Amino acid sequence: MKYVDEFRDPELITRAAEEIRRLADPDRHYRLMEVCGGHTHAIYRFGLKDVLPPNIELIHGPGCPVCVLPMGRIDDALSVAADSDVIFAAFGDMMRVPGTNGSPLEHKARGMDVRIVYSPTDAIKLAKMNPQKHVMFFAIGFETTAPSTALTLQRAKAEGIHNFSIFCNHVTIIPAIRAILDSPDMRLDGFIGPGHVSTVIGCRPYEWIAKNERKPIVVCGFEPLDLLQSIVMLLTQLQKGEAKVENQYRRVVPWEGNRAALKAMAETFQLRPYFEWRGLGFISQSALRIREEYAEWDSEQRFHVPGIRVTDPKAAQCGEVLKGVLKPAQCKLFGKECTPENPVGALMVSSEGSCAAYYNYEHRKANLLTSISASA
Amino acid sequence: MCLAIPGKIIEIAPDNPNSALVDVVGMRRRVDLGLLEDDKPVPGDWVLIHVGFAMSKISEVDALDQMRTLEMLGECEAAVQEVRGYGLEEIEDKAS
Repeated sequence: MKYVDEFRDPELITRAAEEIRRLADPDRHYRLMEVCGGHTHAIYRFGLKDVLPPNIELIHGPGCPVCVLPMGRIDDALSVAADSDVIFAAFGDMMRVPGTNGSPLEHKARGMDVRIVYSPTDAIKLAKMNPQKHVMFFAIGFETTAPSTALTLQRAKAEGIHNFSIFCNHVTIIPAIRAILDSPDMRLDGFIGPGHVSTVIGCRPYEWIAKNERKPIVVCGFEPLDLLQSIVMLLTQLQKGEAKVENQYRRVVPWEGNRAALKAMAETFQLRPYFEWRGLGFISQSALRIREEYAEWDSEQRFHVPGIRVTDPKAAQCGEVLKGVLKPAQCKLFGKECTPENPVGALMVSSEGSCAAYYNYEHRKANLLTSISASA
Repeated sequence: MCLAIPGKIIEIAPDNPNSALVDVVGMRRRVDLGLLEDDKPVPGDWVLIHVGFAMSKISEVDALDQMRTLEMLGECEAAVQEVRGYGLEEIEDKAS
């Protein structure tokens, strides 16, 4: 009941829920994937599952950058940072993500120089403040954060900051969607498209999903009403037998994206031939590496990186959850060995991870939306 | 990290057109405008900020809506913590 006053307009929510009920064919089971972890978080927080008719199933997609990063990448970066002259800088989200021998935070407790930064440019500032050390920024994220890393690389080069480098883990969303669509055990009817990634890439890169795969996709905002409206738009297309790209989040997402951001990315990054994703395996051309012109600022070109590959703890089923094959609570470790306080897998760490979202909000089912659902 | 935080441009640094002083719920921090090269904001404009970079210009109404979205998602505190951290403020606070 806590959220009663927080909804912008409960009446609109009720109306959208009714519209969904009207549009959904009772003889059909709909499987809609929300690609972005921010949407997963919102869906659980607001108990949206309870507003939807039972034949609309929301499948959680791979759009949580912390979750899809294989453990070996963390191990690789921490092995470079084991040198006492290196400062390991990363966003706060990374700090509790487990590596084979512990998270960055645990390494800090054992004496590694680990710092939280909130912006990649602050990692440059850290390098200026510590000229006798080398600052390695652990860059992570989809196209939402990659442009910031790109500009940071350009600034470091322009300013001639030589004790600074970036360990680049940026991934791109389109190949991940393609991999999911290619997966033989995955049947989907449509996509709730990512919001903030689309402020950068725009809506055009999704057109092949509509044209070639004949699946509708709606770029969506992060409020309950946004999500419900997007589901209405998807069901409307499905009812008419259409497959189009639509933009529900027009207040923030321009159809063409952010050209300056795309330009900065193109100047500093190139596609890796392949990159490993947790759960999805190796996906070709799905991640960014730093161009040779910026080799001095690329941790992987500058230092010896062992290229560690580790499989996740056997009992943890992060991969299956990431692929949408298992729901979080179906993992054997969920809520027992693996909790937000003691995470075994990354999906329990990040607020955008479906396990953390499910754990934090599933117990709050009895919220307003449930009562709206019951009264509708 | 994936938060989009609304802020109002207060002033552009006279010596650096890519550096703006931005107000986020009463907190003032420097934010990078380098990703809005095609459509530079001016003082009074609202922007959405990701990891210290203004990513898009938005209307005041949409900015206030976005603040409410963050509230609804329970992410206000994380947003304030992120913005407070820009410029290594927290690190400097702790060091002093």
